[in-house]
Amino acid sequence: MNKIIIIDYGSGNIRSVFNAVKKISEGKVKISSTIKELKSASHLILPGVGSFESCITGLKKTNIMGDLREIVFEKKIPFLGICVGMQMLATKGFEKGNFLGLNWIKGEVRKIKTPQKNLKIPHMGWNTLIFKKRTKFTDSLLEKIKMDYTDEITAYFVHSYNFITKNRCDQIISTNYGEEITAMVSKDNIFGTQFHPEKSHIFGLAFLKTFLEQKA
Amino acid sequence: MLKIRIIPCLDVNNGRVVKGINFVSLKDAGDPVEQAMIYSKEGADEITFLDITATHEKRKPMLDVIRNTASECFVPLTVGGGVKDCKDVLEFLKCGADKVSINSAAIKNPNLIEECSSKFGNQCIVVAIDAKKKKNNWNVFINGGRIDTGIDVLKWAKKVEKLGAGEILLTSMDRDGTKSGFDLELTSKVSDSVSIPVIASGGVGNKQDFLDGIKIGGASALLAASVFHFKETTIKDVKEYLKSHDVSVRIDNLYKLKNE
Repeated sequence: MNKIIIIDYGSGNIRSVFNAVKKISEGKVKISSTIKELKSASHLILPGVGSFESCITGLKKTNIMGDLREIVFEKKIPFLGICVGMQMLATKGFEKGNFLGLNWIKGEVRKIKTPQKNLKIPHMGWNTLIFKKRTKFTDSLLEKIKMDYTDEITAYFVHSYNFITKNRCDQIISTNYGEEITAMVSKDNIFGTQFHPEKSHIFGLAFLKTFLEQKA
Repeated sequence: MLKIRIIPCLDVNNGRVVKGINFVSLKDAGDPVEQAMIYSKEGADEITFLDITATHEKRKPMLDVIRNTASECFVPLTVGGGVKDCKDVLEFLKCGADKVSINSAAIKNPNLIEECSSKFGNQCIVVAIDAKKKKNNWNVFINGGRIDTGIDVLKWAKKVEKLGAGEILLTSMDRDGTKSGFDLELTSKVSDSVSIPVIASGGVGNKQDFLDGIKIGGASALLAASVFHFKETTIKDVKEYLKSHDVSVRIDNLYKLKNE
């Protein structure tokens, strides 16, 4: 049976992620940051609310980094980073200074440029997803909601920074807001979303369900 | 393309919706959790709860409402009413609110905005502004519209943006409850003077009002209470109307999870 661990490192509101996973999962769902729990997980979720700086500092303070890396890279446990949780996968972040990320997916997190005057920051609300690649994951996701790659599908975003991946092939979904915004990344067993699946209604729940189907 | 958000607002008193609701299945004042579920199924892009009693002793039913809604309703939830300090914000967030709206307390202590937005992220701090027209400008009112602060709305809007507010919930007191449409002049002036999203509120009576709020008012989101409560129109109808007038909206109630 699945055991989903939502990594607790003092990042704001993780109750929403817990609620959504609980709703769709038949397995156990726990909020924790103990190494013992992390090691027993079938799936790991790293939420992130706040700034890159506050999140990465908080995460580093937990002293789980070494074990987390081993669980993800050697045991290949499926891992999902949400919002700043995804941004932290990057090499570097430029919010409130210049900070090193986990460097699990190469790239940089930079402030969204808004060439058009009427674009508000934060990028807040529902935006259309553009599938850049078809993967087993996206096929399975679309099948769940009975949608096609040509249909308009939206998800809920709220952020001011954009993860610009170094390798285009790591970017699976994007959206447009003044510039191309990375909406989903993936590499092997590591997944990340800029949008909030836990707040993206039926699409979001289907996304989480698809993630929980991933096997180590 | 980023969608214009349609946000139904529920006024909650002692754990119940206070504005009467016409849904047959929901007798007495209405169960806010059930109501939120109906709205999210109809396509609400977010849901706002306003705790209208909001004293600390009476807060418990409200916390239950948020907790129960958040565990069943997977769109963003904003909660407001009686927020006095960071502790209140945290209390709401812990129950599952995604954003917390601050009104009077921000006027009394503007640093509260800065404190909360740096602690919880500016995306979850909404500053609510109640505006009333005075000759050539609008003044900010607090305490549920009872006290005129004498502060100019445009100046205050710019200030809250600087302090770290993630968005502004702008209510026209002159229009509230009149069904004569949003105050478009006010909305467009505030929207033009800040770079954070502005939610227009107060006065919406029909579908045309929603359209004007976007096209003329320049709002990023539109909040409405009674038109939806009294079923004068539905979220779905409003969205279809907006779509037919080239406004980008989210219409995704086509989705059906396979095993549902």
